[in-house]
Amino acid sequence: MDLSVINPVLFIAGFLVAATPLIFAAIGELVVEKAGVLNLGVEGMMIMGAICGFATAVETGSPLLGFAMAAVGGASLSLLFAFLTQITLANQVASGLALTLFGLGISALLGQSYVGVKPPRLGDINFGPLADIPVIGPILFTHDIILYLGIALVAGVWAVLKYTRAGLILRAVGESHDAAHALGFKVVRIRTLAILFGGACAGLGGAYISLIRVPQWTEGMTAGIGWIALALVVFASWKPWRALLGAYLFGGITQLQLNLQGAGVAIPVEYLAMSPYIITIVVLVILSADKSAAPASLGRTFHASH
Amino acid sequence: MKLSALLTSAALALGLASGALAQDKTKVGFVFVGPVGDGGWTYEHNQGRLAVEKEFGDAVETVFVENVAEGPDSERVMTQMALDGADLIFTTSFGYMDPTINIAGKFPKVKFEHATGYKRADNVSTYSARFYEGRAIQGHIAGSMTESNIVGYIGSYPIPEVIRGINSAFIHARKVNPDVEFKIVWAYTWFDPAKEADAAKVLIEQGADVILQHTDSTAPQAAAQEAGNVITFGQASDMAQYAPKPRVSSIIDDWAPYYIARTKAVMDGTWESKDTWDGIGAGMVGIGEISDAVPADVKAEALAMKDQIASGDYHPFTGPINKQDGSAWLAEGETADDGTLAGMSFYVEGITGDIPQ
Repeated sequence: MDLSVINPVLFIAGFLVAATPLIFAAIGELVVEKAGVLNLGVEGMMIMGAICGFATAVETGSPLLGFAMAAVGGASLSLLFAFLTQITLANQVASGLALTLFGLGISALLGQSYVGVKPPRLGDINFGPLADIPVIGPILFTHDIILYLGIALVAGVWAVLKYTRAGLILRAVGESHDAAHALGFKVVRIRTLAILFGGACAGLGGAYISLIRVPQWTEGMTAGIGWIALALVVFASWKPWRALLGAYLFGGITQLQLNLQGAGVAIPVEYLAMSPYIITIVVLVILSADKSAAPASLGRTFHASH
Repeated sequence: MKLSALLTSAALALGLASGALAQDKTKVGFVFVGPVGDGGWTYEHNQGRLAVEKEFGDAVETVFVENVAEGPDSERVMTQMALDGADLIFTTSFGYMDPTINIAGKFPKVKFEHATGYKRADNVSTYSARFYEGRAIQGHIAGSMTESNIVGYIGSYPIPEVIRGINSAFIHARKVNPDVEFKIVWAYTWFDPAKEADAAKVLIEQGADVILQHTDSTAPQAAAQEAGNVITFGQASDMAQYAPKPRVSSIIDDWAPYYIARTKAVMDGTWESKDTWDGIGAGMVGIGEISDAVPADVKAEALAMKDQIASGDYHPFTGPINKQDGSAWLAEGETADDGTLAGMSFYVEGITGDIPQ
């Protein structure tokens, strides 16, 4: 066992990258659930974003345009979910599951000619002298713009939900859609917008996997990250900063256990392999010991006639 | 996707739908652990399926289900295939072993073929390829080319097939380079591109300049390409899109002849339960083109080893070889028997770390 082979700087920089897809997907789903909608289609929207972003980046040579199209791709798939659940009042759980299956299938179809293609690289932001600061420089200032966007998005969602009128309305819709409706808020419209936001975020997260973290296109490449994001939202008690913490914990411990394995640490590999799941859940459950409950209308269908 | 291709596939789908009405067709089912587009393991099994369709045309119908989780869920898929009238079902991952045996017991008239396992029944055959022969060649190239003397190895699950591969690669890397060390990381998945890429990156960060993988996607290849001066080998499929570097060679699984032969046996009524384990000689294991990134002398040695293995003159597990704890396993000149290899659950001497139990 030789812990010195683990370079802490590379390790931390690595887990920031590994956590970013989770952050995007979780923060998007958090907003959706705050509006009272349970969209289990995160995985499908992510993979849709992964292929839309990848294809656009390859065709245009611009990774940023790729990310923009990934958001559009994820949002358009979520529009289907919005139509099913908000207009035709279909069951949200079933519609969400269907969305995942549909997203996996159509992304495989769209991606057939992109297997084995190398995408253009999104460069890191140039922070000038900041990147030369020892330790902190390489950890904090050697990343691409999307990673910072993810953190900014968490801060933005937190601020909007907590301090703005728009956030208050969104939460009202999620807590009691009948009361919100009685006050004159357009429940269906607000929820549709939230669903679109969630889809766009999931799409960005998916594209982060296909354009930066791996980077390549492979069928089914999100491999369950969308489901982890869904669980993260619940364990984070629908609080943005806790979702961020959960994503870093999960990403960090995943990287750490791979590093420890490589260094030959004498902990049985089975425990290392399950540690990201267990530690993330335990920490977030302890944090959620305060009284923070799910949005009261979560998953319930709304119709103005009720 | 082009419109013409879309129309063709639509026409094909229609053709299949109408063809399904015919009753006397032999129906062959395939259970896949990953997506057919993984570019690796499942991709090659699907190529075998397509070869069966091409060989027998209208006389067979094939069905497949992809992304089937190992364990109980796979029983549901197999049951459904059997109920839908499949005559022969290929289950193509190690973790389907017990489910295959269970379902085979319930459908005695359906023939089952389980890949890489060791449990058989009257209607269950097993088949596998001697991937370790290809691993020997990889080990030789890896040991010759590494400059950091650290070879990273991404394992999937600690099962005999994977352990055999690690041992074979290690023995041959050590033979040409006594200083070489293997760093082994278990991913506990066959297919998860993000995790596979992470594992490759971690190994590279820890100094590895050769990455061997026993997982199914091309993600480690992409990670190695990104890192620069690292070499890799295609796993299960050629992965030629990453040649000439990082991918310098590959192990290619060629299941087509076997799938065709077994389907034919079912059609002729001559199918019997048996165990097939073929290697380079029989063509079940192919070695992908060794690229120009490999020095000419190393390439020549690797090709010579390939020929010797193919002809049976050389066995990759030829003594003297000790087990990890130093106890003797094979004496000078002795070769490993298939029984020991099939159930291999120990590292050879020189590998550090423990096999997860």
